Amino acid sequence: MATTQAHAPVSTIRASFQRFHSPTKTQLVHFASNPFIFAKFGKTSFSYKPSKIKPLTTPRATPSSSSPTTFHGQCYVLGDNIDTDQIIPAEHLTLVPSKPDEYKKLGSFAFSGLPSSQYPIPFIEPGTDSTKYSIIIGGANFGCGSSREHAPVALGAAGVRTVVAESYARIFFRNSVATGEVYPLELELEGVNKQCSTGDVVTIDLEKNMLINHTKGKEFVLKPIGDAGPVIDAGGIFAYARKTGMISSVT
Amino acid sequence: MATTVVPPHAAFFGAKKEIGVRSSFSPSISAHRCRKHSLNKVLAVMAPSQPSRAPATTGSVKHGMTMTEKILAKSSDRAKLEPGENIWVNIDVLMTHDVCGPGTIGIFKKEFGENAKVWDREKIVIIPDHYIFTSDERANRNVDILRDFCLEQNIKYFYDIKDLSNFKVNPDYKGVCHVALAQEGHCRPGEVLLGTDSHTCNAGAFGQFATGIGNTDAGFVMGAGKLLLKVPPTMRFVLDGEMPHYLLAKDLILQIIGEITVAGATYKSMEFVGSTVDSLNMEERMTLCNMVVEAGGKNGVVPSDETTFKYLEGKTSVNYEPVYSDESARFISEYRFDVSKLEPVVAKPHSPDNRALARECKDVKIDRVYIGSCTGGKTEDFMAAAKVFLASGKKAKVPTFLVPATQKVWVDLYTLPVPGSGGKTCSQIFEEAGCDTPASPSCGACLGGPRDTYARMNEPMVCVSTTNRNFPGRMGHKEGQIYLASPYTAAASALTGYVTDPREFL
Repeated sequence: MATTQAHAPVSTIRASFQRFHSPTKTQLVHFASNPFIFAKFGKTSFSYKPSKIKPLTTPRATPSSSSPTTFHGQCYVLGDNIDTDQIIPAEHLTLVPSKPDEYKKLGSFAFSGLPSSQYPIPFIEPGTDSTKYSIIIGGANFGCGSSREHAPVALGAAGVRTVVAESYARIFFRNSVATGEVYPLELELEGVNKQCSTGDVVTIDLEKNMLINHTKGKEFVLKPIGDAGPVIDAGGIFAYARKTGMISSVT
Repeated sequence: MATTVVPPHAAFFGAKKEIGVRSSFSPSISAHRCRKHSLNKVLAVMAPSQPSRAPATTGSVKHGMTMTEKILAKSSDRAKLEPGENIWVNIDVLMTHDVCGPGTIGIFKKEFGENAKVWDREKIVIIPDHYIFTSDERANRNVDILRDFCLEQNIKYFYDIKDLSNFKVNPDYKGVCHVALAQEGHCRPGEVLLGTDSHTCNAGAFGQFATGIGNTDAGFVMGAGKLLLKVPPTMRFVLDGEMPHYLLAKDLILQIIGEITVAGATYKSMEFVGSTVDSLNMEERMTLCNMVVEAGGKNGVVPSDETTFKYLEGKTSVNYEPVYSDESARFISEYRFDVSKLEPVVAKPHSPDNRALARECKDVKIDRVYIGSCTGGKTEDFMAAAKVFLASGKKAKVPTFLVPATQKVWVDLYTLPVPGSGGKTCSQIFEEAGCDTPASPSCGACLGGPRDTYARMNEPMVCVSTTNRNFPGRMGHKEGQIYLASPYTAAASALTGYVTDPREFL
């Protein structure tokens, strides 16, 4: 996959998990004017991730395009301390994420652990196996609890493209980047989830580091994804390591 | 990172700007917002400590490293390193189990090749323990996947189980991975242990760096034998004072988590020192380190000592080199506790930091008690529970489920005499108290599991549990209410049918 980004030599590559560098300039992305359609760019096709059938999407961009600069869609809003048991309850962990059919099934159970008294709007419509909410807006300590990689995998398999939260638990953040399943973005300020509602139409602009809520007419500042961005764009830590020659230096 | 001037008042990274440490590795969370409960009266003394020494006259101060920093430096062939640095670490032991193993293996094969060989067949420990005694076909299949891989790769340590109807006829089967790792001698001071489970931090009790990772990272380690890790800063927890007879390590860690919240240690190492810690046995130290992840911690460490070395005698033939924090090491914060002033605590639904005094919850009626898991299902945990039942002499008022963590623990329940009982074993005391018969060793209902898991909460009810998490749905039902507690508190609660302070009996 061609890229306009210059990658630093292996020896100076900092953690894929530091988040304070601004992303370098990337190719502009076109998306249709219909606010409910968005395109997914920059992901290499992983053989354990089958092409997904999402509601209302344009076809993927050609492999020669580089990292995404925008995400657009409806958001699903959550509170603080959403742990991985709520993201994917333990009884579904018999599903093995590296098996394509079980990967898809995991997606169908995403957020099935949320108590319906607190979250009356289902994340996935009953009878369907993917979500119309491609952007998650959370609070503090998103993804805490169990280290299960099934959590970001279930979100990605369900059709989530990015999570925007105040802060993350470390293993969830690391797993999101390593798998390349979702972009874990951080908000500059607290309380954004209280100003958004599930179903709001939002745009995430990675170049401007902004979350724009069209429905509420508000904008929120994001922290730059930093070095994690290229890893997710490449399709996860392995793809990135191969692309940058890292794997040959460690094996 | 260039050496910079340390302001005279700061012995730790509090003065972030001056030392040029970027704030990005300390996530910007306001601790108070993570708290769901009203602030409880703080019983312990906690304050940042002040150093007594003045800075060197040259204006630049050299400092030592913490235990965690030293272990990571040694394992990455670095003389020195600083928190925040990303380093390639050589891994001593990689552990995986039946839930994450198949996914890890899938990634390993996909990325390194169908015929690839693991980096070291003696450094991988594969322990089926999560969904074992169930008729769930996929769960059973997952153990088969592990077996096939272990045969193919000639993995030295695979604690297999084939006959699910009777765990005792499976000589290799151990049970809960973290307890098995300790009992089988895979935890050694100074080493780096990674596992596909958040409670891998349990092993920090042995003075090593141990943390949980996901399938993808583990797949990488499987092939490469190393991983890119970021060095965490260390929070120091000084626990001093004589341990009251009604407190256990579980009370200490619940106290700490309640203090710093579920995100209080995110991306940080938690180092436990002090006279109280010195007095704890290995299983109690494990309980302490086990729940580091519940505060968001990356890893927990207890300096190794005679207690550690004695425990390890006969368990491992691998040489190890203990590591200790330097006198001049810098800690990002320090908390001091006078343990003699603490009281038994619980974590109320639905968060491990929702701390409350056990005695203040005495009106909470409960439906069941669960004693088990890596956190609270070890031999010492059952001994503690047995002590309470013995002291009472009465019967439990609610169903009380006992799930030994490993085969060894199960055997101990049936063979070791409980002090002060006139030679009775735990199992006898439990039977007399009307508890359920100790079940087959595994993770059991700590995390719910398949629907037919023993003691799974399939209806909304209130449970006092010696396990590690109480988020919604953790033990099965989304409306279930879980009170995390020590084995003393759990047993006391079983005897009354309400959340109960163990001082009622001890």
